[in-house]
Amino acid sequence: MKKIFRYDEAILEGFKYLLSNYSDLFIIGQGLWSPWYVGNSMKDLDKLYGKERIIDTPVSEASCTGLAVGAGLVGMKSIIVHPRMDFMLYAVDPIVNQASKWSHMFGGENSSNVTIRAIINRGGEQGAQHSQSLHSWFAHIPGLRVVMPSTVCDARDLLIASALSEDPVLYIDDRWLYSQEDYLPEVKNIELVNQKPKIIENGSDLTIVASSYSTLLAKNAIYSLKKEGINCELIDLRVINPLDLDLVINSVNKTKSLLVIDGGWSSCGLSAEIIANVVENIDVTVLRYPPSRITLPFAPAPTSSFLEKEYYPNLKDIIDRVRCMHVK
Amino acid sequence: MNKLNELFNPNFYNKPIKIDNFNKEDLVNFFKLMTKIRLIEFHLADERKKGTIGGPVHLGIGQEAIAMGLSANLESSDYVFGAHRSHAHLLALGSSVKGLFAEILGKETGLSKGMGGSMHLSDRSVGFVGSVPIVAGTVPLAVGAGFAAKIAQKGNLSVSYLGDGATEEGVVQESLNLASLYKIPVIFMIENNLLSSHMHLSERQTSFDCSRFAKTNSIPYRMIDGNDIIEVYKASSCAVKNARNGGGPFLIEAITYRWLGHVDWREDVDVGLSRSIKELKMWKKRDPIERLENSLIKSGLWDKKSTDNLIKSIKDEIQILWDEALNDPYPEKSQTLKRVFCKK
Ligand SMILES: Cc1ncc(C[n+]2csc(CCOP(=O)(O)OP(=O)(O)O)c2C)c(N)n1
Repeated sequence: MKKIFRYDEAILEGFKYLLSNYSDLFIIGQGLWSPWYVGNSMKDLDKLYGKERIIDTPVSEASCTGLAVGAGLVGMKSIIVHPRMDFMLYAVDPIVNQASKWSHMFGGENSSNVTIRAIINRGGEQGAQHSQSLHSWFAHIPGLRVVMPSTVCDARDLLIASALSEDPVLYIDDRWLYSQEDYLPEVKNIELVNQKPKIIENGSDLTIVASSYSTLLAKNAIYSLKKEGINCELIDLRVINPLDLDLVINSVNKTKSLLVIDGGWSSCGLSAEIIANVVENIDVTVLRYPPSRITLPFAPAPTSSFLEKEYYPNLKDIIDRVRCMHVK
Repeated sequence: MNKLNELFNPNFYNKPIKIDNFNKEDLVNFFKLMTKIRLIEFHLADERKKGTIGGPVHLGIGQEAIAMGLSANLESSDYVFGAHRSHAHLLALGSSVKGLFAEILGKETGLSKGMGGSMHLSDRSVGFVGSVPIVAGTVPLAVGAGFAAKIAQKGNLSVSYLGDGATEEGVVQESLNLASLYKIPVIFMIENNLLSSHMHLSERQTSFDCSRFAKTNSIPYRMIDGNDIIEVYKASSCAVKNARNGGGPFLIEAITYRWLGHVDWREDVDVGLSRSIKELKMWKKRDPIERLENSLIKSGLWDKKSTDNLIKSIKDEIQILWDEALNDPYPEKSQTLKRVFCKK
């Protein structure tokens, strides 16, 4: 019988696959020997594969990331883990100036194999510096592949594809997805370069585009909307840099309306890019309703759960918006 | 065994502290305030366990003498910066207990108007500019405030509280260099409690002594028993004088230990990779408050009964302030958007 895995267990499976099959792969980062920080997603890896390959580090994000980038430049498959994306901001130079530029600066002959795993961990009254989804920033950078798995299977397979990619990859997972469950098929070696957005739900009334946790939110909203006879098409972006929107454009041509849901801020963000890109590439007169988006309010995350409840987009927000767009 | 090793060994420095030439009234006040800070933190641990507090609380129980000894030398015109474990830093400056409680509960009446919680505290009325949980994030900011103090020539200074873990961040080395180069009146108070979340210093650095970073940056420093209020007071007094007299930065490395785990009420002896019940018990013998109490009792300045009364009256006060905070209103939901930019 096939076994059901949680999203975090699927990540763990991905790591096990990589560590078992590639002796030139190591993982470094904070909290890798601890039950904190990374949930079950790296549980006991140090015991199974040794503390030389699974390295828990000092509080030194910049140099540990630089180390991983450097090791990746000379052929190792390095993975650096940042338990919270916020802490990774100390490491922006090795990611943005170094790893992302290397191939281009040196004639495309060589780049860093590094995979940077950044975890989004919001809520729980942790406030503005423990909650940020900064994927849009990084998707702005040429030379840095950015992946955001939303499903259990992608959590494993995109991790493997990221680690095996010759390019620097930012792999972003969201702790709010960890309790999702699904079957895991056998590992197929997929190439990251070929990974594109996917249709998760077929529908003809409206196109919803999302990634990561927003995809899950949208999926749940769509189930409710179906009962009302509204059929939305849901596209999960999966890879947000480079962004391939052919599927989205086709879908919008079919449904004639577009709603983007993004866990980041709207200003200069992923949702803006998708709408702009679609509008540039279709005949806008086909649209039955102006393209719309649901994002975070343009404010840092507040701390108390009282204010948090209001801050994060929820099912109802999506359902209400779709209803309103559908009526028009 | 040299002094460095002794300082990190809980079998040493556990005797009553030497208080002979010290102002007795001050000592009693230190004892009272440290006891209060501890009881407040135990109260927070309880409420967190019960679930009344929704977010993480990083408690500094066992480390009270450091904030106390330094704060006693500061003025409200100085600039103090903390980090994730800063309740004591704030309270030792005389900030409002009720304001702290209300903040931790996310109430409008809190020190940060209910926007920040335990990890984002600020009280400019006592000189506490702010604490944030990004490790080492405030260290260069404290250098900047010290720089401003120097330019303004008002004789004030700034304080950067940081942990042994924070010294691993590159920005700390850069900050020490700048402070030294520009002779900035900033005191780096390293609370070396040997732990950074689940990892012991021995797994993160090749030496236990973080003051070596002062040495390489030509910054005067002292390495002291952080559980001895007199030692902390004296080193701080020296650092403060140095800064006010134009001597620039000073680094104090205060060796201490936190009694609870990294966060919340648990002791975390199971997840701290080098932390055992036995070690914790030994460190508890080096209790900064009890050692002062014993010294006060020995000198006839205090007695056990007074401690009992003190504890009772503090507990009553805590309960009243806590209940008040619980009944306070939350901020209007619209404040999330209204506070993005400052109104001033
Ligand atoms: C930049 C950054 N990296 C990692 C963390 C996670 N973290 C929070 S507190 C802490 C330990 C810091 O240790 P130390 O500075 O010694 O302070 P202590 O907790 O012992 O008081 C860590 C690693 C963080 N908050 N910020």
